[in-house]
Amino acid sequence: MVQKEAWGSRVGLILAMAGNAVGLGNFLRFPVQAINNGGGSFIIPYLVCFLLMGIPLLWIEWSVGRFGGKSGHHSTPFILDKMDKRRIWKYIGVFGIFTNLGVAAYYCYIESWTLSYLIHSLVGSFDNLTQLEVANFFKHYTNMDKSTFGIPYESVVIYILCLALNTYILSRGLKGVEKAAKIGMPLLIIFGIILAVKGLTLGSSGASAEFPDANAFDGLNFLWTVNFDSIWDFKVWFAAAGQIFFTLSVGMGTIQCYASYVKSKDDIALNGLSAGFMNEFVEIVLGSLIVIPIAAGYLGLDWVKENAGFSMAFKTMPFLFEKWGPVLSNLSGFMWFGLLFFAGITSSLAMGTPWMGFMQDEYKWGRKKSALSFGLIILIIGLPTVLFYNYGVFDEYDYWAGTASLVVFAMLEVILFSWVFGIKKGWAEINEGADLKVPKIYKYIIWFVTPIMLIFVFLGSLFNPKNGDFKAAFISLKNNNGWPFDDGSIISQINMTSYKNALKNAVSAEDIEKAEKTINYVLFSRFLLIGLFLIISFLVYRAYIKNRKKHDLSTINSVK
Amino acid sequence: MQTNALITMLVVQITVTFFTIRFFYTILKKPDVKGDSYVEDEIKNDD
Repeated sequence: MVQKEAWGSRVGLILAMAGNAVGLGNFLRFPVQAINNGGGSFIIPYLVCFLLMGIPLLWIEWSVGRFGGKSGHHSTPFILDKMDKRRIWKYIGVFGIFTNLGVAAYYCYIESWTLSYLIHSLVGSFDNLTQLEVANFFKHYTNMDKSTFGIPYESVVIYILCLALNTYILSRGLKGVEKAAKIGMPLLIIFGIILAVKGLTLGSSGASAEFPDANAFDGLNFLWTVNFDSIWDFKVWFAAAGQIFFTLSVGMGTIQCYASYVKSKDDIALNGLSAGFMNEFVEIVLGSLIVIPIAAGYLGLDWVKENAGFSMAFKTMPFLFEKWGPVLSNLSGFMWFGLLFFAGITSSLAMGTPWMGFMQDEYKWGRKKSALSFGLIILIIGLPTVLFYNYGVFDEYDYWAGTASLVVFAMLEVILFSWVFGIKKGWAEINEGADLKVPKIYKYIIWFVTPIMLIFVFLGSLFNPKNGDFKAAFISLKNNNGWPFDDGSIISQINMTSYKNALKNAVSAEDIEKAEKTINYVLFSRFLLIGLFLIISFLVYRAYIKNRKKHDLSTINSVK
Repeated sequence: MQTNALITMLVVQITVTFFTIRFFYTILKKPDVKGDSYVEDEIKNDD
C-alpha cells in the first residue's frame, strides 16, 4: 500500500519552501557580495534583480511544479516532459536531480561543520583562543591532522552523522521535512534577531589597542551608503543577479518538487511570494546585521574588506564571540552555529526530495528505500569532498553542481515556460487559484525580461572577463590581445586555468606535488559528476521506455 | 551611524519586513479547507 504524499499545512509548506531557500548564503554570501561590490551600491541592483528575475523565477518554478504534480510527477525530467513532448526536455530535466545530489554532497559537509562548531561552542572549545588559534582550529578540522574532539577522523564521523540525520528525516516523507522546517525556521529567526540586535548595538565598544578605530557602525555605513556612480558598473549588476539567483534556490529543481505536491486549485502566487520574501527578510534584515557589523566592531572595516569571505563564519566569529564573556560567548556560538545548522539542514532536506520523488514515481520505490538510496549516493560522492577538501574536490562540486548547472537549467526552463509551453498557458497556470492578483506587467516581464536577464547571466558566466571588467576586456580584444577570461568563468574552469597556473608557479617540491595531486583529484571529481549525470539520464531513459510500453499496452487494450 | 545610510537601511529593511509579514499574515488568517492539499482527509491510499 503506497500512501500519497501531501503537505500537512499551508504554513508548513511555506516554511519548508523558505527553509529550502534560506541557507548559509543568506548570512555569509550576501554581506560578502555587498562588501566586494561597493557596499550600498549593491543594494539597488540587488532589489531590481529580485523584482525582475527572482519573483518571476519563483512563480515559474512553483507553477511548473504544480503543473507536473497534476499528472503525478514530482521531479523535473518528467515534469518538463509534460510541458513539451520533444525528448530533449526530459534530459534537460536531469539537471533538476543532478544539481541536488551534487550540491548535497558538499553542502552536507558544511552543515556538519556547523553541527560540530555548535557542539564545540557549547563545551567551550574556543574559550581563551586567539584569532590565529581559532583559524587553525578550522584548518585542523578540515585537514584531519589533529582531532579537536579526540575522535579519530572527526570530520568524517560528524559528516556521516549529519547525513544519517538527513536520511532519517527524509525517510519520514514530507511530514518529516515539514516538521524540521516548523522547528528550524522559527528558531533560526529568533537566533538571528538576537545576534542582529547585538550587531546593531555594538557601536565602538569593541575597539581595542590593536584595533583602536573598530566600529560596528562603519560596517553598517559601508553596507547601506548608496554610491550612485557604481550603479552603472556592469560588474555590480552581474554580482547582484548572481546573488538573487543563488539565494532563492531557483534553477535547482527543489521548488518544482515541493510545489508538485499541491493541487491545481491551490494558490501558488501568494505562496511563492511569501516564501521569497521570507528569504529576503532573513538575508537583507538579519544577514546584513550580523557578520559585517560584529566583525567591523572588533577588527575594523579595513580588516573586514580585506578578509571578507565565506570562512569568516568559522575562522573569525568564534573568536569575536569570546569577547562577550564566557557564558554569553558559548551561548552566542550556539545560536550562531545553530542558525547556520538550521539554515543548512532545511536546505539539504529539500535537496533529497527530487531524487526521492523520481524513484517513487518512476520506479515505485518506497519512502524508506528512496531516502536510504539518497543517503548512500551522497555518502559515495560526498566522501571525496571531505577526504580531499584541500585538493579542489569541494570547489569543483560547488562550481559545476552548485553554480554552472543552476544557471543553465534556469535559463532553459524559463525559455521552455515562456516560449515553448507558451506564455498564455504559463500565465494561466500562475493565476489559477491565486489568492493574490498578480500584476499584469509580470506577464511581459516573464515573457521577455527574465529570459533575457538569464541569457545575460549565462553568457556572463561563460565569458566572464578578468575581474569582471568588460570594458578592459573589449579593449584587449580590439587590440588583438584576445579575451582575458577570469579564472571563475566557465571557459577557464573547463581549461583548469587556475590549477595549471598553480602548477606552473609552484617552486618547492612540496608545492609541485600538491598542485599535481590537485589536478588529479579535480579530474577525478569531474569524472564522478559526469558519471552521476549519465546514470540519472540512463534511469530517466529506462523510465521513459517503461512508461511508453505501459502506454502502448493500454492503447492496444482500449482499441480491443 | 551616518544619516543617509541609516535612512536607506530603514527604508529597505522596513519595506521587506512589512511585505514578509503581510504575505505571511494573509496565509495565516486563511484557514486550510477541505479540498486543499493540506488537509488530512485528502490523503488517499493508492492501492
